[in-house]
Amino acid sequence: MLILTCPVCGVTAEETEFHAGGEAHLKRYGPGSPDEQFEEYLFMRENPRGVHFERWRHVYGCGKWFHAARCTTTLEVFGTYPAQTLEPPAGLRKTISKKRPGWIWREFS
Amino acid sequence: MSEPVTAMGGVAASGGIAGIREAERQGMVTLRGDLSAPAVGKAVKSVTGMAVPGAGTFAQKDGVALCWMSPDELLVLCDYGSAEGIVQAFDAASGKAHLLAVNVSDARASFQVSGEHARDVMAKLCPVDLAPGAFGTGMFRRTRLAQVAAAIWMPSDDSFQLICFRSQAQYVFDLLSIAAQPGSEVNHLCSTG
Repeated sequence: MLILTCPVCGVTAEETEFHAGGEAHLKRYGPGSPDEQFEEYLFMRENPRGVHFERWRHVYGCGKWFHAARCTTTLEVFGTYPAQTLEPPAGLRKTISKKRPGWIWREFS
Repeated sequence: MSEPVTAMGGVAASGGIAGIREAERQGMVTLRGDLSAPAVGKAVKSVTGMAVPGAGTFAQKDGVALCWMSPDELLVLCDYGSAEGIVQAFDAASGKAHLLAVNVSDARASFQVSGEHARDVMAKLCPVDLAPGAFGTGMFRRTRLAQVAAAIWMPSDDSFQLICFRSQAQYVFDLLSIAAQPGSEVNHLCSTG
């Protein structure tokens, strides 16, 4: 079971108080973009064994969205950060590197 | 003229390990707006005489309580009859603040759980650390009560008050009654075990 800390209200709770919102940092391309990019936005997902970034919503609490970084094999949560973020913050990436040297997720490592 | 009633008609259950009772009619006003904005803080101060409470807490003064629901929502608890006046006061005091106040007194049901095993009963239903050192008076926690959303706080050291949506009142009352069945003490969270 995941223990997540909501960065908005600061509450630490287990995952049943939250709702998973799928992969983090998806980019939706604007009008006129090729079909391949739309396909990528709609369907193409990481399916990592190890470090993963996801969106979560504190659905039974403050109701706000946020991001979480976790390990899909050990369920260790590396950290959570605000939804208003376009990519994993540098500090968090450093923390993950210490625990999982050589990790890669999309273009981040 | 319609007569407002609570969701369960003031039902109560005793005989279990904790007393369960539906609370009296309660005035509730939802206040939406950016709580960190100075203009919103000013409006809250001028209407209630209180500063905006910090995350996960509530403040009370003269029979009015301010509960922190999220970074952009406060719940004002007051007498049933004074809710409409508070809404109007907020409308008048909001000025340039982007603020919305609505009387939601009849939207929710409220219950009280009391007795030395009140923590046991609540801990069976909520995924919250309710140990005496971790949760106490002055805190306000929105969470899950089995399968429905609820908010809980402790008016005193051995009692809880909770609010849930009115349509779920029967479910919540049944949950609490079953969690407080005679002989179902857990004794993990109280020193008397």
